[in-house]
Amino acid sequence: MPKIIKDGQVCEDSWQSLSLNEGESAAEVTVPEGQWIVPLNVWLEQRDALKNRNDIGIQIGIDDDIEVLAEDYASLPLLAFDFPAFMDGRGFSAAFLIRDRFAFKGELRASGAFIRDQLCYLQRCGFNAFALNEEDLEAAKASLGDLQEAYQASADKAPLFRRR
Amino acid sequence: MYIYDQHDHSILRQRVEQFRQQTERYLSGDLAEEAFLPLRLQNGLYVQRLAPMLRVNVPYGMINSGQLRRVARVARDYDKGYVHISTRQNIQFNWPDLADVPAILAELAEVEMHATQSSGNCIRNTTADQFAGIAEDELLDPRPYCEIIRQWSTLHPEFAFLPRKFKIAVNAAKEDRAASQVHDIGLDLYENEAGETGFRVRVGGGLGRTPLVGSVIREFLPEQELLSYLDAVLRVYNQKGRRDNKYKARIKILVKAMGPEAFAELVEEEWQRIRDGYTRLTREEIERAKSFFTEPAYKSFDSAAVDAKLDELRAEHKAFDKWLTRNVRQHKKADYASVTLSLKPTGVAPGDVTDKQLEIIADLADEYSFGEARTTHEQNIVLGDVEKDRLFELWEKVKAAGFATPNIGTMTDIICCPGGDYCSLANAKSIPIADAIQRRFSDMDYLYDLGDLDLNISGCMNACAHHHVGHIGILGVDKKGQEFYQVQLGGNAGNDTKLGKVLGPAFEADEIPLVLEKILNIFVENRIEGEEFLQTYQRIGMAPFKERVYAKDH
Repeated sequence: MPKIIKDGQVCEDSWQSLSLNEGESAAEVTVPEGQWIVPLNVWLEQRDALKNRNDIGIQIGIDDDIEVLAEDYASLPLLAFDFPAFMDGRGFSAAFLIRDRFAFKGELRASGAFIRDQLCYLQRCGFNAFALNEEDLEAAKASLGDLQEAYQASADKAPLFRRR
Repeated sequence: MYIYDQHDHSILRQRVEQFRQQTERYLSGDLAEEAFLPLRLQNGLYVQRLAPMLRVNVPYGMINSGQLRRVARVARDYDKGYVHISTRQNIQFNWPDLADVPAILAELAEVEMHATQSSGNCIRNTTADQFAGIAEDELLDPRPYCEIIRQWSTLHPEFAFLPRKFKIAVNAAKEDRAASQVHDIGLDLYENEAGETGFRVRVGGGLGRTPLVGSVIREFLPEQELLSYLDAVLRVYNQKGRRDNKYKARIKILVKAMGPEAFAELVEEEWQRIRDGYTRLTREEIERAKSFFTEPAYKSFDSAAVDAKLDELRAEHKAFDKWLTRNVRQHKKADYASVTLSLKPTGVAPGDVTDKQLEIIADLADEYSFGEARTTHEQNIVLGDVEKDRLFELWEKVKAAGFATPNIGTMTDIICCPGGDYCSLANAKSIPIADAIQRRFSDMDYLYDLGDLDLNISGCMNACAHHHVGHIGILGVDKKGQEFYQVQLGGNAGNDTKLGKVLGPAFEADEIPLVLEKILNIFVENRIEGEEFLQTYQRIGMAPFKERVYAKDH
């Protein structure tokens, strides 16, 4: 089982990712039993059926509109956000909005091309799980604590001026 | 000045430690070049033509004597004994070793200085009027708000990977000396008719390849809502700004493409949602910030006697008189003055200053100006609070140190980027052009006769020297590997911000002094009593200049 960093710990990833093979359609693909992260279009096509399962997470990409899930955030266990390139910072704002505007309480996972040195900022924007492409996750995990004190508000913390 | 408390120190220390570890990982091969690149940029470190360049922030231009001495020491111990004052009021070291940079940052952190976000696609150093807090025409002191913005923008987790760099300027005077209209965000601090403090917000100004003047998207933003509104602007930009082409990635392109009204609407929508959240500034925080910028212990004098003595000295010493006229400015207190130390003597790259000179400035600041100095975006240094009674003795010391060239605001007070001699982005050299101009136009009486004239020289279209808003702007361009120089006329960075227009085909470097002479001759021949260059240009237009400069020799 692959490992991820979740809530500050390295742990086994109990979720599997479903991707569409050539010729498969989002509407017809079968989502097997177990914990699956499905592409957004699969969710949108099969929402009524998948909604009743509490073991379906959704993979969204940089160009997806996070508002289409407005009705789903309250019950969704996991949302994985895919970074196309580590220099593309849109995911930081998306995470903030997902936590702040949509009050999402489930696992918010970063996947894709982000790097270890961004862990700390990602966490502050609201990500709590990281499918990080590094050999030594234990060493990488230390970067979560790079900047422990901060001036601004974080997804879960008031700005320094309110605590000073 | 702002003084760090334990929180500020701990934030900066952990930043220095983070970069030390990143540098170690890079040097040992554990961190890839492409991943290290933005990380080092966000700590102020470029790799230039010949060596790295480290840009250290001088927040809104304020620097104290202890910091000046530390910068001098770092320049001596880790560099070649001189630094450069940039057009964003920052200080640049030109020759540090990459491996030394963490140690340099640690030394600077001890005196409350940092290089955080002085480069990279993030929120850069916030700039303001170099005469903030001491200008006669100031409405309110912008510095407490600049410090609030500095803290908000420092290590902001959401906005460290923006489409492109992001610059904020705050103006709070009748005459805008902060070039706020050509910033990504330009804030005008003022009190509205109801007596409330707040900001007029402009977005989408900027120079570079596509120079644009910012558009007002909010006429009045109450002070307590400053940060929530900035969050909203940045959030919209971070999500919608173009990332496919770095030349189209600045916020100005987004604002222009959407239209300022549509952009303002998106910002408004996000802001309404978050404005009552905990980013809303508290009254206590604003008061806390203000408490660092109270008036120093100004003394009272017999003004008439002080002025009479100054007049006497002026009559006696012509050079002192010239210096007073050009380099000394009236202070908001009648018995005080602000002195600009010219870093533009002929023979020195504009804005360059040595370790020894920095130490002299530190001593002068301690002796004459409450231990504080200011860097300016025109690349000079200001001693802000000098007793008028002591101007003459200060002048003698300043003269001995090489800072008394009485050329502030004249054509040889050139704003000039490091250009092709240092910068790897440059298309052409800029320092030798400035030098040739200073040598050709060395007659001070002639310069005084020309009056106020901003001459700005950039080595490429990135426009670090703001050539678009110089009354005369010179831009280095590359044509098939050869360096050429395009001349622009009619730019202005003040309240009435205007972008210069191109005179015509570019020139070779050695033609520039003669071209300038022709331009100045047209001005002198056509000006009406009392007109400055810009006014004459606006009245007579480009044609006469063009005709003279490009006329075929007979």
